[in-house]
Parts: sequence; C-alpha cells; structure tokens
Amino acid sequence: MLPRVLSLGVRRGPLTRRPGTLRGGFSLDWEEKLSEIKKKIQSVLPGTSLHPLYDSSHLPPDHSDVVIVGGGVLGLSVAYWLKKLEKQRGALRVLVVERDLTYSQASSALSLGGIHQQFSLPENIHLSLFSASFLRNINEHLAVVDAPPLDLQFNPLGYLWLASEKDAAAMENNVKVQRQEGAKVCLMSPDQLRNKFPWINTEGVALASYGMEDEGWFDPWCLLQGLRRKVQSMGVLFCQGEVTRESELVKMDNSVEYQPVECALVINAAGAWSAQIAALAGIGKGPPDTLQGTKLPVEPRKRYVYVWHCPQGPGLESPLVADTSGTYFRREGLGSNYLGGRSPTEEEEPDPENLEVDHDFFQDKVWPHLAQRVPAFETLKVQNAWAGYYDYNTFDQNGVVGPHPLVVNMFFATGFSGHGLQQAPGVGRAVAEMILEGRFQTINLDSFLFSRFYLGEKIQEDNII
Amino acid sequence: LSSPFSQSLRLVAPIGNRSTRGIHQLGGAVDPESSQKKRRTMLQYLSDHFYDVEFLRGYFLQNKMDKVHQKNRFRDKEWIRPDKYGHFSQEFWNFSEVPVEAVDASDCAINYEGLENLHLLKELQSLSLQRCPHMDDWCLSRLYPLADSLQELSLAGCPRISERGLACLHHLQNLRRLDISNLPSVSNPGLTQILVEEMLPNCKVVGVNLAEGLKLGPEEQPQDTDRPIPA
Repeated sequence: MLPRVLSLGVRRGPLTRRPGTLRGGFSLDWEEKLSEIKKKIQSVLPGTSLHPLYDSSHLPPDHSDVVIVGGGVLGLSVAYWLKKLEKQRGALRVLVVERDLTYSQASSALSLGGIHQQFSLPENIHLSLFSASFLRNINEHLAVVDAPPLDLQFNPLGYLWLASEKDAAAMENNVKVQRQEGAKVCLMSPDQLRNKFPWINTEGVALASYGMEDEGWFDPWCLLQGLRRKVQSMGVLFCQGEVTRESELVKMDNSVEYQPVECALVINAAGAWSAQIAALAGIGKGPPDTLQGTKLPVEPRKRYVYVWHCPQGPGLESPLVADTSGTYFRREGLGSNYLGGRSPTEEEEPDPENLEVDHDFFQDKVWPHLAQRVPAFETLKVQNAWAGYYDYNTFDQNGVVGPHPLVVNMFFATGFSGHGLQQAPGVGRAVAEMILEGRFQTINLDSFLFSRFYLGEKIQEDNII
Repeated sequence: LSSPFSQSLRLVAPIGNRSTRGIHQLGGAVDPESSQKKRRTMLQYLSDHFYDVEFLRGYFLQNKMDKVHQKNRFRDKEWIRPDKYGHFSQEFWNFSEVPVEAVDASDCAINYEGLENLHLLKELQSLSLQRCPHMDDWCLSRLYPLADSLQELSLAGCPRISERGLACLHHLQNLRRLDISNLPSVSNPGLTQILVEEMLPNCKVVGVNLAEGLKLGPEEQPQDTDRPIPA
C-alpha cells in the first residue's frame, strides 16, 4: 500500500518535481513538461513569445505575420506601407530580417541616389513620379514625434540623356510617352545644348532629353535612416540575422543560435542576394522549362563609382549627364568634385566576389569618354572610389514584384538593376496593396510579376545606366 | 505691356498665423528651430512612455500640415470663388484681364503645390518670396516656366532653401536682380554667391557679404559616422 501512495503523490500534476530533478539535473521529461507549460502560458497570453528560462529579447519572435528578408530601402519601404495601409492599428506583425545592420554592402547605401522619370515603360515612369512626390513630402510621410526632420539634400537639377543618331528616334518616342504620363521632360537639339551648357562637346550627339522637374539626386543613407526610424516607431520588429533554412518555417541564425519564426508571408527584398533566398524556398528546383524549374534570374553585378576633382569643370547648374557611351557623371557639392562611372559591357563584367575597386577601369574605359564629352575633364584627379552591387535582373533589367505563382506566400520586391532606390516607395506601396487587397490598386505592375520569366515576356527598359 | 493700375497683387497670410502653435511646437517638420532645444520637457517624457500622448501629438502635427495644404489647394481651379465669409474682396474681379506684373508673397505659407498657380502668370516680372517658411529646393525647381519674363526674384530669409535649389535658377536667363540674403540652410554663402554669379552672368546677385566667409562659421553639424560612404 505504501508504494501506491508514493506513486500517487508523484503523479499529481505537471509542476511537481520528480525525485531525480531535486539536485538540478534534467531528465528527458523535463523538456516535455516545459513545452506543456509554455503552451499553457501562450494560450493564456497569446502573441507573446515567452521563454521562462532564458532571455530571448535579442532573438526574433516565434510568430510573425509577415517576414521581410532584407532591410534595405525596398524592404523598409514595404514594411512602411504595410503598416500604413493596414486596416486596423497593430493588425499585422511585421518582422524585418537584415543580415548586416551596418549596411556595408547594401546597394541602397552605396547608391548614387539619382531619381529620374526618363524611362520607356509607363509603369516605371509612374513609379518614379510617385517616389518623387513621396520624397518631396518626406517629412509628412516619415514624421516621428520629437525627432528632427529629415534633410534629404535633394538636388533638383535633373538628368540629361544624350542620344546619338541611331538612338534619336527611340528617344523621341520615349519622351512622348514620358510627357503623356506626366513627366516634365524637354528635348534639346545640339545647338540648344551648346547654348545652355557651353562645356559640352556635342560631337556625335543628335538629340538630348532634359528633365525639368522632379528629377535629380539625393542622399540615400538619409532615406534609409528615416524609413528605419519611422518603421520602428510604427511597431515593426527588427532582427539581425540571416535566413538559412526554410520549409514552412524560417530559421534564422544569430551567431550559432537558431530561431524558427512561423510566418504567413515572406517578402524577398534581399537585393543582390535574392536568388539565394528564392532557392531556399524551392523556387527553381524542378525540371527546366517548367514553372517549378524557373529560377529567379537576379544576380549581383559589381559597379564602380569614382569621385574626382576638376577645378575647371562644369558649373553649379550641371545636371546628371548620361552620355551616349553609357558614361555618366554629376557634380557634388560646391567644391568642383564630380561623381561618375560607367556600366561595363557583358564581356568586361567584373567578378562580384568582393567590393574591390578597379582603378584601371577608370583609366581605360571611363576617362576617355568623359574627356571626349566634356573637354574640361582632360585634367582631373581621382580622389576616391567605391563599388556596389546592382541586383541585376539578367532577363530584362526590370524589377520583379508580386507573388510567385506556385510558392504563394513568397512575394518579391527585387531585381531592379540599378533603379531600385528611385522606385522604392512606389514598389513598397504596390506590394503592400497586393498583400492587403489582393491586387495592385494605384500603379498596375502586372507586367512585373514573376510569371513573365516562365512565359518569356520581356519588358525591356531602354534607359538603364 | 505695363498695367495702368500698377498695383502688385499681394497675397498676405493672416496675422494670427504665428500665434497658433500646436502643443509645444510639435516635431521639427513645421518649425525646425524648436526641435533643436535640448531641454527635455515633460511632454517629451510623456510621449516616450504613453502611446496615447504620442499619437495625439502626431495627430496634431498632421492637422497642421493639412492646414498648409488646405491653403494651397486652388491649383486646378480657374476661378477662385470667395466663401460665404467673403475672404476675397470683390474688386479682385475687375482686374481679371490685367496681366500680373509683380507678386509679393512674403511671409506666405505657399508651398510646392501652390506655386503651380504662378505658372499662368506669363508676364510676371517681379516675384518676392521673402521669409516663406515652406519654400524649399523642390519649389525652386518649379520656377522655370517664368523664365521668359521674370526679372527680379527675392528669396531672402527662406529657412529651407539651400545651394542645391539655387542651382536650378539657371533657367531664369532674363533675371536681372536676385536677392539671396539670410539663407540659413546655405552651407557656404560666399562661395555660393560666386558660383551663382558665374551661372547667371547678366544678373546682379545681392545679399551676401563676401567677408562673411572669413568669419568663424556656425558650429559643424554632428557627422553621421555609421554610413559606409562619407558625405
């Protein structure tokens, strides 16, 4: 009888300590009991991620409605619009996962920061126009109580695209489309160019298009920090970690800790590394020429930016000039410094392994074209240079936006090949509308969906530098 | 053609504008100077600890901004009709055929959208935008349609205009007099004046004392050291 009493006493409830655990040792059942306790607590307090034994405040939460992979300007823009357009305050729990919070390799931070509406696709023009009005009213959109206003250091001088004889007809067509969609662009002949900008050598230029309003360049770091500040004040959770494995859960890696996060949607805004995230979800694993087998064609491409000083160079009024050869430059500040570069051709593509700068590229491929277009640039001195990645879409150099047709809870906001920064606010809103309403409401980006890779429908954009 | 009446159209903001401040000057967006006070008020403490207070302050800030937009809303309408309180006097209608030569919009809450109204004034010769608190670089890029006629422009005392906005005045080739005094956001007034003079050779640029650059400048803004590219 005595043993039965003892055994009854032991089996009283989950919170009883068994004899073997009195000295603090753990038996297998302890884990089970613990998870039962956790489940009970979570059913009483839903939504909390409670680890009674250890501090998990540095880890991401267990559940999140939306996980945004990538904390650059596109990811933060999606987070901002999701929070702005949600029907009820606090309806969505959004988590942004960023691998490197110093943004040392992020395309957003290393960008030149230009914005222009001189595209050939109407959707691109609309995205850019919307982004310009977002940036103009940035202190209303991203206002945080008690924080200082953002100074984007916007320079409204516009873009000047030069076209040779063979591209002149295409440029005229494009300008017609741009004007129809509401961009303020004017066409200039070589004589008018020489009149307005006497420092240009118009040899080989048949036509030029000059953006008069809503075009220019700004400080992308300021936009990034402003978005981050606002998005944190709206309640979006941030986590520094890397997404490593995905089945139904997203597992993240912080040093050697893994934290599975259950989520309903994943947004791929990982920029140059989007293809890896897509591969984790199984996109592209299948026989070729099928929808399962279509990979995300975004790869990192390295681009260089050089800073040089030229005391006799173009004056304060010079716009961002994009030459017929693909070389571009703009003035920086009051002190005769200029920034510029050139996109290499397919054969000259540098290895995207690291962000080392190739100075010979400037000597051989950039400087001759600069000196030919602006004779004052024959004497210049390179002060600084850096390199950054384009999230280059090898299919048609335009962005991928919207859900994947098969993996329905992965959304894309990537692949913008060098014009992601200037379209970020528009794309963020489009993705948020797609998630919350089920369709694009303000700007119709149906032609930017993933399915075009399988169907082979290229939407080629002409004016890419 | 000069107008026989030779009056300039005066858009004057109501006097009560300056005294209607929200709760302790919310945020820096509408009133940049106040946000630089380092004194930690009770209100900031409350905002940090209670979501309600933070929301209310954000709500009032939004209201203030909406009021500025409300003032600039007449951009698409051909006729500006006075409301039932008769805020626009009836004599205005007699002058509808007369080309407007000069606009004095000093101390006015005009912003980017409101400047669109000026595009219709094809014979505008003199524009004064002194001390307008919402004029910034974006607004200056909107002045190019007035290039054929504009001869005199004054931007004195506008707190948000910087040298980047001044650079887009190069479209105004008929400008003969430009006043850029007292622009606090311009980083180097002396150098800016020289570059603007180079940009507009026929224009007399006034307002900057070139000896100013030799004095000690204002204290440097704190450098943002986390960014990968130095500014």
